[in-house]
Amino acid sequence: MVDYLELDDGSPHLVAWEAVDSGALYFDRRNADAKSGGTEFRRRRLGIDGTVRSFTIVHRAAPGVATPYVSAIVDLDGGGHVKGNLVDVEPDPDHVSLGMRVRLTTFVAGTDDEGTEAIAFGFAPVEDT
Amino acid sequence: MGDVGDEVWVLGASMTKFGRFPDRDVIDLGSEAALAALADGGVTIHDMDVLGAGCLFQSDQGMGQQLQKQIGQTGIPVYNVANACATGATAIRTVYLSIKAGEADMGLAVGMEQMGKAGLLGGAGKARSEKHVFEPSGRYGSVLSAEGRLGTGLMPGVFAQAGMEYAYEHGGVGFEEFARVAEKNHAHSTLNPLAQYQKRFSLDEIMNADMMAYPNTLLMCCPTGDGAAAVVVVSGERLRTLSDEQRARAIRMSASVLTTDPWTETAQVQPDVNTLTRNAADAAYETSGVDPADLDLVELHDCFATAELVHYDNLRLCEPGEAGKFIADGRPWRDGDIPVNASGGLISKGHPIGATGVANVYEVTTHLRGEAGDRQIEGATVGLTHVIGLGSACGVHVLERATA
Repeated sequence: MVDYLELDDGSPHLVAWEAVDSGALYFDRRNADAKSGGTEFRRRRLGIDGTVRSFTIVHRAAPGVATPYVSAIVDLDGGGHVKGNLVDVEPDPDHVSLGMRVRLTTFVAGTDDEGTEAIAFGFAPVEDT
Repeated sequence: MGDVGDEVWVLGASMTKFGRFPDRDVIDLGSEAALAALADGGVTIHDMDVLGAGCLFQSDQGMGQQLQKQIGQTGIPVYNVANACATGATAIRTVYLSIKAGEADMGLAVGMEQMGKAGLLGGAGKARSEKHVFEPSGRYGSVLSAEGRLGTGLMPGVFAQAGMEYAYEHGGVGFEEFARVAEKNHAHSTLNPLAQYQKRFSLDEIMNADMMAYPNTLLMCCPTGDGAAAVVVVSGERLRTLSDEQRARAIRMSASVLTTDPWTETAQVQPDVNTLTRNAADAAYETSGVDPADLDLVELHDCFATAELVHYDNLRLCEPGEAGKFIADGRPWRDGDIPVNASGGLISKGHPIGATGVANVYEVTTHLRGEAGDRQIEGATVGLTHVIGLGSACGVHVLERATA
């Protein structure tokens, strides 16, 4: 459902625009790098494992959004930060914690009238080994 | 006209009651505040050299000119400003800059907003067309609204995440510490007749209220609403020509700072409300020569309880990383050593967006004059105001009682 998620035949991952001058990472189409002002970018594949640096459990949401759900900011191993839902976890403070380890997964976020599925990414808890 | 670099003073200040006023329009509210601020300063619209008009949601409708058509069309320049939740502070700053530049001796800044009961603010979904076929669009090549699917961008959740990020980095902060912020601000508002709500709630009631976005319950979120505030700002040179009474009540604006968010790594996915606030506060302390320990009261941007807590640290009111302890120890209560949001704050006083950054200057000015009635912070001589709007923009003003 967004162009920075690449499904890649079963090993889904995120890709970012990396500013050549500064190493800053972005998910959106860029005019220039907000850190350095440079205009050269390259695609960079990001890691799928990460750590929850912040979260909220949303109970009151926009129409059509099922609640409660967990929105989280994840620090990806190897660089990059991303916002997404936590999935496969009870949406309550006893089951979600700051610093918990998570891994990228995908889910069907919607289907259009021609049957095309929109695939979104989320993060599921993993046992840290 | 005044000298470049002259001191700038608040001569008159006013705010309307905040609340919901469906029988009035936003110009009624702006006019009430403007006329009262002029009267408070002992001046008229004919003394004004410039008008700064702040209004966010009707910012394309020439609100300053509409206001002039009700209170006085004198041909002076009007700056209509919109700068997220820093709109009111930006309106003040346009007048401040005109005086600093030597173009004006005296000016009026008005912040006004009519929101009614607006619900959750933030990203909105699009209306669905007849046949629905996914088509990537926008800068992320999205086929669906990201809201609720890739996290949240609605305000209660965004500011919850800002608070939880602080908890992750510093510890000593949890649901209860955040709730204690709201406990304080609701308690403070009971002394403020201009507040939208004036009801005290127990910590238990706050923590058990409807959950909006954990850890922010309904009683930890500011309401939407209607209201206006205005200040008359004057150069030091012009102030010295005014009466003893006007000079005695004038409050010095020792710093006026506006910042935006510099590039930070995590802010690409979660707004960074910290760095620009720290930058604004540091610049304001440096310009004014005021130390955080000198402050007698602070009105800061508690749009959510989670936001107020992080700003204790950002504004250097507590030791770095100690914001949880700061509230747990009761230091920002009105009887603590740095009273924060003695007005009730946005959480209880209300947050008509364009008015907020002017209303907090009104509040601090009123205390520094010793005219705050039941909620007076006794002996207050130095105060600070802070607003932040996502996008982002941050306005900080330092105000001092001084001899003109």
